[in-house]
Amino acid sequence: MIRNDVFKTLIPVISEHLVVCNIGAPSQELHALDDRASNFYMLGTMGLSSSIGLGLAAAQDKPVIAIDGDGSVLTNLGTLATIGNNPQGNFTLLIIDNGSYGSTGDQPTYAGMKTDLAAVAKACGAETVQTVSAEDTTEAVKAAIASDEMTIIVSKCESGNVAVPVIKTNPIVIRERFMEEVRR
Amino acid sequence: MATTMDHQIVEDLKAAGIDYITSVPCKQLAGVIEILEQTSNIMHMPSNKEDEGMGLCAGAFMGGMKPAIVMQNTALGVVVNTLATLIQFYQIPLPMLISYRGEVGEPVACQVEMALHTKAILNQLHIPTYHFHKPEDAAELPGILEYAQMASKPVAILCDASFWRASA
Repeated sequence: MIRNDVFKTLIPVISEHLVVCNIGAPSQELHALDDRASNFYMLGTMGLSSSIGLGLAAAQDKPVIAIDGDGSVLTNLGTLATIGNNPQGNFTLLIIDNGSYGSTGDQPTYAGMKTDLAAVAKACGAETVQTVSAEDTTEAVKAAIASDEMTIIVSKCESGNVAVPVIKTNPIVIRERFMEEVRR
Repeated sequence: MATTMDHQIVEDLKAAGIDYITSVPCKQLAGVIEILEQTSNIMHMPSNKEDEGMGLCAGAFMGGMKPAIVMQNTALGVVVNTLATLIQFYQIPLPMLISYRGEVGEPVACQVEMALHTKAILNQLHIPTYHFHKPEDAAELPGILEYAQMASKPVAILCDASFWRASA
């Protein structure tokens, strides 16, 4: 399964929740499959999905799912220490780990080589960290949302993207409609 | 040790409704950070790098809080992309309380290098910039904080060594 296949099974579980989605292919694929006001698409700034998600989870009580990638987490590795030391029970970080920089041509990441992001997350103080197969990802996310514990899920899937259009929605529209969902 | 000025700055932040602050430390900001740690109406969540911190602030803002970041001017070399493509692109109000290292009174020569670029970077990004050089300049802080919210923009408050020294 590639990321887009994981998204297809994941959507029924996350569509009613606040989702912060990583820049590039992940946001574009989610947008093409299931565009919702409750999705915050990152149109710029690689690496900050987990940080935005943590800030959002800390600021309010609704469940927050941040979808990040292995390459993006590597570019902001300090985020795992901040997350580990500031656990928010309503926060789920889903790292789609396909071992590659999907948006830029599937160049390999270190997470696809010797680096184990789940082990890094644990070493950073996160208590509930799971590595799951692509097939088991949706069940793991469902359980994480239902639980009161902050959960980091590393979903091991295959490298690859599908051809989808770029997101043309105005950033202020994305932000405003998302904030309405937060307030709802 | 926190000074009266450090206390005043945090009081002004509180009065402006700032309730979420992330910080990356600087010697000049130690007093402010010390007080933030003890201030119950402000959630203080230190970050490891300033771009990460701005991500936290963007999330906190969308969650209904009023964020601010406390950082050193050298970090402007880190956050240009994040300011442009996250904070400015999505119009997120973000007061940045910045220690302005490398100005007169600076003991570390290397700090001068980024001081030379500080205002140029802020100007290039069209970020409203205020420079606190004397203690009385801090009287502007409440107005600046209100301005950031009104404009939905990042706003830089540069506090140099003369300001901190005279405020001690």
